[in-house]
Amino acid sequence: MPVAKAENLAERHCAITGIGQSDVGRRLGRDPLELTLDACYAAIADAGLEPSDIDGLSTYPGPMAQPKGFTGASATSVIDAMRLDVDWYDSGIETSGQLGSVMKACMAVAAGLCAHVVCFRSVWEGSAQGQGGRASLGPGGGGGGGRMYVGDFQQWTLPFGSAGAPVWIALYAQAHMHRYGVTTEQLAQIALNGRRNAARNDKAIYRDPMSLDDYLASRMITTPLRLFDCDVPCDGATAVVVSRREMAADLAQPPVLVEAMGAAMHDRPSWDQPHDLTRTVGADAGTQMWGRTALTPADVGVAEIYDGFSYLTLLWLEALQLCPPGESGAFIEGGTRIALDGPLPLNTAGGQLSAGRLHGYGFLHEACLQLRGQGAERQVNPWPEVAVVATGGGPTCGCLLLTSAR
Amino acid sequence: MTDDAAFAVLPELTDANRHFWQGGHDGRLVLQRCGGCGLWLHPPVPICPQDRSKNLVHEAVSGRGTVASFTVNHHQWLPGFDPPYVVALVELVEQKELRLTTNVVNCPVDAVEIGQPVRVVFRHIPDPNGDIWLPLFEPDEDAGGES
Repeated sequence: MPVAKAENLAERHCAITGIGQSDVGRRLGRDPLELTLDACYAAIADAGLEPSDIDGLSTYPGPMAQPKGFTGASATSVIDAMRLDVDWYDSGIETSGQLGSVMKACMAVAAGLCAHVVCFRSVWEGSAQGQGGRASLGPGGGGGGGRMYVGDFQQWTLPFGSAGAPVWIALYAQAHMHRYGVTTEQLAQIALNGRRNAARNDKAIYRDPMSLDDYLASRMITTPLRLFDCDVPCDGATAVVVSRREMAADLAQPPVLVEAMGAAMHDRPSWDQPHDLTRTVGADAGTQMWGRTALTPADVGVAEIYDGFSYLTLLWLEALQLCPPGESGAFIEGGTRIALDGPLPLNTAGGQLSAGRLHGYGFLHEACLQLRGQGAERQVNPWPEVAVVATGGGPTCGCLLLTSAR
Repeated sequence: MTDDAAFAVLPELTDANRHFWQGGHDGRLVLQRCGGCGLWLHPPVPICPQDRSKNLVHEAVSGRGTVASFTVNHHQWLPGFDPPYVVALVELVEQKELRLTTNVVNCPVDAVEIGQPVRVVFRHIPDPNGDIWLPLFEPDEDAGGES
């Protein structure tokens, strides 16, 4: 796809002018709509706007009964609870990962439909799953010789005990490790780096130090993924306000400019039928994103990259061209390169592995804080001018390149 | 991995998938194939994406393939699925990237490798809604060369 002139790129008309986040906890036991509204009102106030200024709303994924706690609030429930009058709104899971909702907001703003869009992601998986944790996620549940019948994609996976994302992603991970020789000790650096950074984030779920031995001692879930390679379900909501860029200068915060977005998917939208098991469609999104900017991977000062499962971060490092294909293991070896004081600080708030499964928007929130220089004790030094945010995995991936307005 | 009585999750039989889930009745692994261009199609589709033919047929494959990737699962996700067990992506010999999610059975879980030759073996699950023959795979010692 030929790239349009810069002034015709939707994202160049947009800025993130406000960010907000609710309380975050393992199991808060609070109304998920309340958490969602806390985040949305906080983002609007952070921008220096009033709810009456908001004329658009976007969220991922919208209403879903399953999995439990996956959706804290729908678009219409928030619009109604805030008594918003919107000129555009949208939700949906069939988009380029969690950031697809932000990209759609940018497109709506650029199309002239609206000027200030509140975008949010809200989860309450911690409370919804209860004390049974993820083990209670199985759609069977009944046991005792009961039968359950599944259709669509599930029919090709569930009858074989391929019961969800950890198993599907382990299949990618194993193929990638086999081809490129990534080691367990290299993979561990994603979890160890996240935990180190989480110590500087008072909202993080897990803040106690983790050693390599702790990591290696955590129980195997499905090879090569251990418990500490899987993010921690939590309750919490995160929101941002996407505004028309020319209106950003008058608002309360230094604007974060949307430089480029990546939404492409040049493969089958399937977890088990991609052409190449050692990559994700994030590589297509990454190529598209870099094709829409004069900036290059060398310009990135901080990377906030999805770690719903640790191996996804490795695949994203390659997809975003932050390292050559197949070299993500060597790239993170020892952890110094991705540390807070390293050349490419990664997941500076702890990522989902340690700070909680805020499902993509936590990375976006942290990237904005870093670009605004508001990272406090975890602020990257020197203050980064360019951040990359990438969320999702497998066939559902999207990425954004953000810059500070300095 | 499980015994039939405790089995918890089965495919919902439809006209579009019956050939696949019941082909094992005759010991055959049956997939959809384009009657026009010969492309194997999985999961089944109503129109061939390569030549747009609606002449789609059901045909048996050899049942031989290789392990494209696998994971040894140690977590009990579902009742009846007692760990450890191997979830694998098996690429069938008939066509590049023609893959099934399946289990590798009849060998220790730590004996499975990427590239290993495997062959289909069916697990029959009697069910009032229609019996199911799950296509599982086992090491194929007869396969020459690789491994």
